[in-house]
Amino acid sequence: MSTMTGRTAMRAAMQAALQADERVFLMGEDVGRYGGCFAVSTGLLDEFGPDRIRDTPLSESAFVGAGIGAAMGGMRPIVEIMTANFSLLALDQIVNNAATLRHMSAGQCGVPLVIRTTTGGGRQLAAQHSHSFDGWYAHIPGIKVVAPGTIADFRWMLGPALADPDPVIVFEHGGLYGVEGDVPDTDPEVPLDRAVVRRPGTDLTIITFGGTLPTCLSAAETLATDGIDAEVIDLRSLRPLDDATIMDSVARTHRAIVVDEGWRSVGLSGEVSARIVEQVFYELDAPVGRVATAEVPLPYPRHLEQAALPSVDGVVEAARAAVQGDVARMAIPGRR
Amino acid sequence: MTRPTAETRAEALRAMVLVRRFEERCAQLYQETKIHGFLHLYVGEEAVAAGTMPALDPADNVVGTYREHGHALLRGVPAGAVMAEMFGRVDGCSGGRGGSMHLFDTARHFYGGNAIVGGGLPLAVGLALADRMKDRPAITACFFGEGAVAEGEFHESMNLAALWNLPVLFCCENNLYAMGTALDRSEANTDLSLRAASYGMPAWPVDGMDVEAVAATAERAVAYVRNSGGPAFLEFRTYRFRAHSMYDPELYRDKSEVATWRGRDPIDLLVERMVEAGQADPDVRAQVEAEVDAEIDAAVEFAEASPLEDPDELLTHVYADVSADGGT
Repeated sequence: MSTMTGRTAMRAAMQAALQADERVFLMGEDVGRYGGCFAVSTGLLDEFGPDRIRDTPLSESAFVGAGIGAAMGGMRPIVEIMTANFSLLALDQIVNNAATLRHMSAGQCGVPLVIRTTTGGGRQLAAQHSHSFDGWYAHIPGIKVVAPGTIADFRWMLGPALADPDPVIVFEHGGLYGVEGDVPDTDPEVPLDRAVVRRPGTDLTIITFGGTLPTCLSAAETLATDGIDAEVIDLRSLRPLDDATIMDSVARTHRAIVVDEGWRSVGLSGEVSARIVEQVFYELDAPVGRVATAEVPLPYPRHLEQAALPSVDGVVEAARAAVQGDVARMAIPGRR
Repeated sequence: MTRPTAETRAEALRAMVLVRRFEERCAQLYQETKIHGFLHLYVGEEAVAAGTMPALDPADNVVGTYREHGHALLRGVPAGAVMAEMFGRVDGCSGGRGGSMHLFDTARHFYGGNAIVGGGLPLAVGLALADRMKDRPAITACFFGEGAVAEGEFHESMNLAALWNLPVLFCCENNLYAMGTALDRSEANTDLSLRAASYGMPAWPVDGMDVEAVAATAERAVAYVRNSGGPAFLEFRTYRFRAHSMYDPELYRDKSEVATWRGRDPIDLLVERMVEAGQADPDVRAQVEAEVDAEIDAAVEFAEASPLEDPDELLTHVYADVSADGGT
């Protein structure tokens, strides 16, 4: 076991992938000389050279599309998009090409592409660098969407993503780049399509992923002091969603809340909630609760940003309301 | 440059007539409701594909648009597989999944069939990048209409191909109308070759109604891209004789303009040249039409006989592993 940060873990993952497979290369804005906007790729240019660590112009659509074309041509590109907000400039390529080509060509054109992008708020980067679009992308058949929530997953999710024959988008929460965690030294073989129980519990299931996993684990500790034993599920994969792990847990705990840094309206938390209602309705002792980001573009000042994002207190309050079956408190539209 | 011989002229004529008759048959089959959806015909523009495709090697990549029947046929995709695709049948070159706008045949390095204007250019850059990184000598020919020049993806891709010196031949089919919007109503500077040249790559305008001019220029451009490893741009000045798609009432252009361009029908131009040179009889066009009609009849028959896909197969090929959809 080693101690790494999200940043060094992802760097180690890319380094190992680049060493192991000459088809793998990294391209994106400032991934080379600059070392990556969030210093994730620092040093890789020196080790692998400019052919495999490619600085691109600020042309998200072209370099994501070039990643798709290179993947069709037999390479295994890692395309870094600096932030999830910038990925919208490549939406045409991701949605109209990466997601459709295999089906539209009856299996002729596979796109084994990995897109890495930084997501999430909490760093006072305001309304054009902080949003969570992971749920949007998870709406699209043809792509896979994963989000590491632990430092171990920062280290060990990239390998299976690169081995996957289909396009995989990895949403890396910016708040986790500087966080330290334990990382196994050998590949734990993370399944890309399975959720994982991070904390077993009996009274309530808290379902989350990515940047809000630490929030939910903290909330679970607070709840434990109240005598509420919460189970915390890390989705890991947003598409496909691992229904089995969710339903197995909810069938045991009979209560669930979904915590998502995306907005509540028409979002991932609604999807997970609907699946629970569809599949284990008669196991439920209370409505499924949701904690999500307030329905605003994320503001710059720290106190407003924190007020908008899911918080430990918000998760604790929602969990208590669920356990108490307090429907009125659970249904407050502005709940975070 | 290879000088046109009686044989190369006969091949070019056959290629253009095949595409013309195939497209006319598609229009008829559309009226008969055998073909559905959007159908974009290449009538009038045949010289571009007919002149360009012979310059490419089998290992070169071709990226097309949604007006790509002619490119697919002349790349060697069997007419039956193209027609079956229009019919939405399993023996279509995309298994019937794509239809008219999404013809694929990766065995022939034919990568669509891309129906977002400008969306194919980044793919072409990536295919060329893969060839470069794998040390393969192939080049990528990317076809697109002049409407794509208004898209950011055009400029991003031209820049990236030039910056990284990638072997892409950008083939702009300038038929003067982006659907119904004339070039001079959408571009501040309508000299597309000049604009392409600003990216630091050679750019050649060529008469797209003259198949021999197209062939000569394409041959030169392909040789340049292959030898230099870097991109080039061809602007084919051409014209679409028929409507944009089957839904287009053509309110945006005068009939007289269409008639003028029809006076420069690329097939007639070549036939005249062949007859003048004593390389063909005046009725050569009718002879070739009869030949290709037999091929097209067989293609229609093949398409009619091909089954529809079992709806149980609906979810296959969303992912490589059908179980990967996880029920989502």
